[in-house]
Amino acid sequence: MSPTPHESEGTAPRTLAQKVWDAHVVRTGGQQPDLLYIDLHLLHEVTSPQAFDGLRQAGRKVRRTDLTIATEDHNTPTDNLFTIADPTSRKQIETLRANCEEFGVRIHSLGDENQGVVHVVGPQLGLTQPGMTVVCGDSHTSTHGAFGSIAFGIGTSEVEHVLATQTLPQAKPKYMAVTVNGSLPEGVSAKDLILKIISITGTGGGKGHIVEYRGQAIEELSMEGRMTVCNMSIEWGAKAGMIAPDEKTAEYVKGRAHAPQGEDWDAAVEYWQTLKTDEGAVFDKEIVIDAASLSPFVTWGTNPGQGVELSGTVPAPEDFEDPIARTTAAGALEYMGLEAGTPMREIDVDVVFLGSCTNGRIEDLRTAAEVIKGRKVAESVNMMVVPGSAKVREQAIAEGLDKVFIEAGADWRFAGCSMCLGMNPDQLTPGQRAASTSNRNFEGRQGKGGRTHLVSPAVAAATAVTGHLASPADL
Amino acid sequence: MDKFTTHTGSVAPLRRSNVDTDQIIPAVYLKRVTKTGFEDGLFAEWREDEKFLLNQPEYRNSTILVTGTEFGTGSSREHAVWALKDYGFKAVIAPRFGDIFRGNSLKNGLLTVELPEAAVEELWLRAELHPESEVTVDLVECEVRAGDRTWSFEFDEFLRWRMMEGLDDVALTLRDEDKIAAYESNRDAWRPRTLPAQV
Repeated sequence: MSPTPHESEGTAPRTLAQKVWDAHVVRTGGQQPDLLYIDLHLLHEVTSPQAFDGLRQAGRKVRRTDLTIATEDHNTPTDNLFTIADPTSRKQIETLRANCEEFGVRIHSLGDENQGVVHVVGPQLGLTQPGMTVVCGDSHTSTHGAFGSIAFGIGTSEVEHVLATQTLPQAKPKYMAVTVNGSLPEGVSAKDLILKIISITGTGGGKGHIVEYRGQAIEELSMEGRMTVCNMSIEWGAKAGMIAPDEKTAEYVKGRAHAPQGEDWDAAVEYWQTLKTDEGAVFDKEIVIDAASLSPFVTWGTNPGQGVELSGTVPAPEDFEDPIARTTAAGALEYMGLEAGTPMREIDVDVVFLGSCTNGRIEDLRTAAEVIKGRKVAESVNMMVVPGSAKVREQAIAEGLDKVFIEAGADWRFAGCSMCLGMNPDQLTPGQRAASTSNRNFEGRQGKGGRTHLVSPAVAAATAVTGHLASPADL
Repeated sequence: MDKFTTHTGSVAPLRRSNVDTDQIIPAVYLKRVTKTGFEDGLFAEWREDEKFLLNQPEYRNSTILVTGTEFGTGSSREHAVWALKDYGFKAVIAPRFGDIFRGNSLKNGLLTVELPEAAVEELWLRAELHPESEVTVDLVECEVRAGDRTWSFEFDEFLRWRMMEGLDDVALTLRDEDKIAAYESNRDAWRPRTLPAQV
């Protein structure tokens, strides 16, 4: 019997990412980039219609419907499960349903317990496992790297390519390590950590690199926390983010609908145990962070790199040496309607959004519920709680979290991308300011003219109570 | 895909950095299921301001966008490339691009060229002083030329060939269909499958 792909490699020390890459190379050498096999292709309604059209025009099929799955998330309403008011949104959802039907692709539609944000659904079904290649026409596909997979977002042309061939040509990446030594202090979460990292690197610091997050603080994170960190890898320009699988990873996968069983489980785990960076493997670049020095972190500007400690103040453009950073900061302050020197804690918000592929999992809802339990959302604030998937919603209800939010005066919604991006009815109005557990504070991202501060679930909940940016310690 | 060899046109000098794909085309414009007709979404929010660059008559017919660093970061939406193309841009020059945007552009015949900050600054100044002056972006020679100035740029040899020939990636890959099939026959049996559905 010929060896499986991952057994055929040599013995030079390799990084985790190199091992997974090597195990997926279909073709290498010559002038062309490596051709990688794709283990899992996730689809949603926004970036797939033109790809299916391309297949139809060329008379091609979906090569591996058994490695492909679709859900509806970006356009869906979160106040009900049945009525998509906007006709163009409805058309896009209907197009996805028709395409899945025509090409034989499994789909989880509104009303199904596995409907939800595509990056919550994959892990929830046990389809995301260690050592895989995972792609989706969505930049936050990096989320799945938390399992020790190479996972990245692709454009619609690439979606078509994967549908037709189950492969992608990919130029060899560079490899980077982010080592987080020590333990995160009490009250500091995965979100605070990744916002801090992006503030150091800027939005382009990871360009061309697959990043491995490692070190004690990363090992101590739950799988949900690891997904939050990997999710935002794209916000500092990284090709992908990964974390070596360990017992926590296997524990998370075990028993899920598509987890391997019996002998398959043993074979899988044996392979997963090899998925770590070898002693002596060389990274092109390394960043080292001391976890003990971290505190709750939030953004003040209009890109995710423009962040500061919650205990800090809004910076002045002159604080930045780099002329580009200075100009960008000045523009951001104007858009955000902020004065340099204002303490972050004195910034009042109108909306709090808890949800998204970054922070819409059960642990995120639990964290926020714990803070908000027995308290009230400030009168000036509208708090939206949007579970990442229908199943997360069900689980939250089973744990009584829905009641905690509803009794506090928050708006308890159905699953979807919701206010993370201004595409469905959940949007900020011009000038409205939000504390949001999502991933992007770009101009207009959450609705035209809306102003976004990215925060952790704990900070979101405390902010909802006080009406200004705050941490649970302030309550 | 359209072939790209060389293009000469006037420059729109966009003095902004960190222009993410949400700025290039806001999400509300992503609902179409076609590949064309996205020009109305290009920089939609900025274009509401009559002072915005593209609303100036002298830049209305520009075909080369010259912009600051980190252009096209953020969302993977290929609609950003379609919007630039549909509006009439043939090439974008910046010190650095977001990876996914760059990949998308080259699959759609929109040439994205990386030049150093100083070259971008010079191109901005020229376009501001002489909006009608023309610039040539030459993929054959890997050069940008403006008047008596010439800048060379680096470009991956394979991507350059694909762009100059206007080749379709899927067709290229399917030449290696036997290799894909061979890989598939060796995949571990325990790898997850979406079908039959287990819930």
